[in-house]
Order: sequence, then structure tokens, then C-alpha cells
Amino acid sequence: MGTAGMLEGKKAAPRMRPPSRLGDRIFAGFTFLMAATVVLLICVVGWQLWDGSRLSIRTFGFHFLVSTDWDPVNDSYGALPFIFGTMVSSLIALVIAVPLSVATAIYLTELAPLWLRQPVVSLIEMLAAIPSVILGLWGIFVLVPWLRVEVLPILRHYLGWCPLFQGTIYGPCMLAGGMIIAIMIIPIITSVSREILVSVPQIQREAAYALGATRWEVTRIAVLSYAKRGIFGAVILGLGRALGETMAVTMVIGNTPQLAASLFAPGYTLASVIANEFSEASDLYLQSLFEIGLVLFFVTILVNLLAQLILKTFAGATVKQ
Amino acid sequence: MTSAANNHGLRKALSGCISVFTFICACLVVAPLGLVFIHLLRMGASSVNVDFFTHLPAGPGEPGGGMANAIAGTLVLLGLACAIGVPTGVLGGVYLSEFGSQRVNWTIRFLCDILNGVPSIIWGIVINGLIVIPLKSYSAYAGGLALGCLMIPLVMRTTEEVLVLVPQGYREAALALGIARWKTTIHIVMKTAARGIITGILLALARVAGETAPLLFTALGNSFWNHNLREPIAALPLQIFQYAISPYENWHRQAWAGALVLVAFIFTLNISVRFLTRGKPVRV
Repeated sequence: MGTAGMLEGKKAAPRMRPPSRLGDRIFAGFTFLMAATVVLLICVVGWQLWDGSRLSIRTFGFHFLVSTDWDPVNDSYGALPFIFGTMVSSLIALVIAVPLSVATAIYLTELAPLWLRQPVVSLIEMLAAIPSVILGLWGIFVLVPWLRVEVLPILRHYLGWCPLFQGTIYGPCMLAGGMIIAIMIIPIITSVSREILVSVPQIQREAAYALGATRWEVTRIAVLSYAKRGIFGAVILGLGRALGETMAVTMVIGNTPQLAASLFAPGYTLASVIANEFSEASDLYLQSLFEIGLVLFFVTILVNLLAQLILKTFAGATVKQ
Repeated sequence: MTSAANNHGLRKALSGCISVFTFICACLVVAPLGLVFIHLLRMGASSVNVDFFTHLPAGPGEPGGGMANAIAGTLVLLGLACAIGVPTGVLGGVYLSEFGSQRVNWTIRFLCDILNGVPSIIWGIVINGLIVIPLKSYSAYAGGLALGCLMIPLVMRTTEEVLVLVPQGYREAALALGIARWKTTIHIVMKTAARGIITGILLALARVAGETAPLLFTALGNSFWNHNLREPIAALPLQIFQYAISPYENWHRQAWAGALVLVAFIFTLNISVRFLTRGKPVRV
């Protein structure tokens, strides 16, 4: 595109005439159309998902969201097991990822020696660059066997009184799904939190140091209380990613539509049921999967909307993803 | 007074403990990267050989075979994605930085960030509904379009960010010479920021190169060479997924080898980005 513009520029080279406004208008209009594709894309996605699930919406109505019945043989569909699975696996992921990410972000901006900061930031960027399917591969052959043989029996032995840690150990389970999602959302929560912490004005810290505060007290009083809103935004952004994670989760969560209290039981998520069953579905079955996609789209849009509103209204934060 | 002195010691100790605790957290965060790497090298390195890059996949249980078609397929899909994502994203970014009103641009920027958060599997089923079902065929075009849609908001935001860095004086100097606004934008502003724009494109490519979910119902995958872009095409991430969930030992080995190659490709892209941005993204 650049070269085309250049050639044209040479051909037209006006010497004394005032520059024509027509070219500007065309250029501005064309770039506006390109920018506006974003709006178009959101509308197209929403419309296509709604259009694809019309029959299912008409057949099941609101019942679709609360029914636990997922039975392609009898053409009866309910999304509750998948909504449950998505919520539980994302919750596990947040429980693991949030403390680790926020602590790492604090370490990297406030406590770590200066020479160590940039290398660790680069490593976290590399972790973010690993594709979902490769983490899933690692999950199948490394994480799940390790959990099955080493970790889960110990958890069941010591924490078996709690319903979360009871039941048969298969290997693929809700806990494995949550852990994989945690690994996938840690980089984004860490890097956004880190940017928020970096944007805290230096004078806040200096004021606290002047009062005789220790390093941790400076962080707690001057930095965290200032940044907590932004960090909350980062967590919500991470939640948005967690809800939509597909490949890695599909490979380790066990893919069984059920509502089980135990974290050792296999589960199923909204994204993974689409990934597994979409290509073999037709008619009402396909429409139900489109409706699941619609639910997922709606929820992730809302969560991301909330996260962006929090992050964009956070004072002084320039957050990029 | 003495209690205050003791207290100070305690506070120092607490501060030290927290430092150690957060350091351990940082180690835990980085640990999965090291573990994934070690396993990729241990399980995949032995299967990456010349055959891997030149042969078609072998059947279950057969020795040898490679992923030549999947590697080529991924490159074709990335090319198609660029053809859709780069012009749209770059020119959209130009609009956000050079034209428009504050209000409209804020809205578009906001929607860009929202679009970035849409799960990639959603793109898979939407493109399937829009293109694959009406045309009754999975195709490379559909896969490229899905990846291209993922690229648009990424490229648009990074382009805008680097264009904003171009000093205002450059624009004013060009306009003062009587050069039309659109020529100023292309020859002065975009050229100054070219390095940054390319960085953004490479980052977006690295991001979509490993995407599997949008390709499942668009490009579908293919065990043979693709001779027509209107037909299904293989892709490295798809092949890794298919092999990983299969029950065959030799396919598992191939999956690890494919994963190693894919990660090497993505990291090469990321490192070349670091090389490009070692100076400034904008030539000032």
C-alpha cells in the first residue's frame, strides 16, 4: 500500500496549485471505513450467533440456561452443565492466578533488584506467547499424569473430609482444567497489574518513605491503596480470558457434562463443548451449539466491557494488552 | 522508646519476609515456562529431522512421516490472514491517530479492546456459519478470514499507538510546504513509524500463528497437500491437536515435534520484534 501511494504521489506532484481537498476526503473516508470494520465485526458476530440459534431459542426458551439435560440422541439440550463447568474452572483459575500474579507484579515493580526486573518481564511475555494447544499437549502428557499419581491422592488423603476433594481419581478433571487456565491468564493479569503499579506516581512512594515506612509498608500504604481499582480491572480482564479459553481446557478437563461437587470429577465448559461437538452436529443440535456460542459471546463481552471501563477510568493508567 | 525500636526490627523483618514471598510467587509464575520447554525439547527434539519438514504425515503406527503440509498450510493461512488483517488494521489505526473526533475514536478504540477479548472459538463458528455452510465446503479462505478477523483489532491498536508517537512538528512542517494531508500521512507519518507498524504486525502474526480454535471449523485440516484454497487445508496447531488426542504412540511423538517447531517459529517472530524495537519504534 505504501508503494502504491508513493507512485501516485510522484505522478501527481502539483507545483503551484493548492493541494486538492478531494484526496484528503477520500483518504479520510477510506481509513474511517477500515476503522469502522470493528463495529461491523461485533455486529456480524452477534447477528450470526443469534441467527444460527433461532430454532434453539424458540424451542427451549429460557429453559435452555437452567436445564441439565444434554442429550443429542433425544434432541434435548440444556446448557447448565457447561455454564457450571466454565464458572468453576474459571474460579479455580482465578483462585490460583490472582495471588500469584499480583504478588509477582508487586515484586517486579517494588521489591525486586533492578537488574532482575526486565529479564523476568521477558520470561512472562514468553509464557504468554505459548499457544493454547501446546499447553494442552503438555497438560495431557505431563500435568494430568502428575496430578493423578502424585498430587490428587495426597489431597484426597488429607482433605478428603471436604466434598471438593472426594471421589474417584480419573486424571482429566476440573482441577486440571482450572490449573491450565491459570497458567494461561497469569501473564495478562501480571503484565496489566504491573503497568498499573508502574503508573503510580513516584511522589506517593517518596511521601511514605519520608514518614519512615519500610519497603513493604510503602507498597501497602502508598502503592496498593492507590492501585487497587486498576488491579481489580486487571483481574476482571483475566476472568474474561479464562471464560473463553478453549483448546488447552478441552484437552485436560475430561469433557463430561455433569454437575459434580468434586474437583476430581471431569467437567465440560461452554467453549470446549463447541470445540468437540460442533463439526458433527446438525439441525437442532447445531443450533443449540450456536446458542452456547451466543451465551459465551454475551458473557465475555459483558466481562470485557466491565474490565475496560475500570481500566480506562483508572487515573493515569495507559494500559495496553 | 525501646518498644518502638523493637517494633522497627519487626517491621523490617516483615518487609523482608514479603520480599521473599513475592520472589517465590514470581518463580512459580515462571516455572511452567521452564517445564513446558524442557518437555518440548525432551519429547520433541528427537523427531524433528529432515523428514519432518519434507514428508506428509504417516498413518497410525507407521514409522517416519512429517508435517510438511501442515507447515506449508500454516504459512498459507498466515498469508491470507495478513491480506485481510494488515490493510484493515493499519488503515484503521491511521484513522484513529490522524483523523476523526475524540468521541468517535474513543468508541472505536474501546470496541477494539472488547473485540480483542472475544474468545477465538467464537470466530470459528461465526465464519463457519457465514462462509463454510453457504458454500458447503471447509476452505483455506475461511481459515484465513478467521485468523484475519483476530488480527484486525491487534494491528489497529498497535498502529495507532506508534503513529501517535510521531512528533506533531513533522506533520506541521509537511503541511506548511503545501503537501496534501493524505500524502503527509503516507510519506511522512507512516514512513517515520514504519518500524513500529511492522513490529505490531509481527506481534499479531505471532499471536494468531498458534491459534487452533478458529481453524477447527473453517480450515478443518487435511492429511495431504492442499492444491486449491477453496478446499480444506492443514495447519500446524490443528495437526498437533489431532495427534495429541489420538491414541497412537507415534502420533504423540509427532505432536511433540510439531509443538517444538511451532514454538520455535513463534519465538523467532517475537525475538525479531525485539530486534526491531531495540532502537525506537519511531525514527525521530
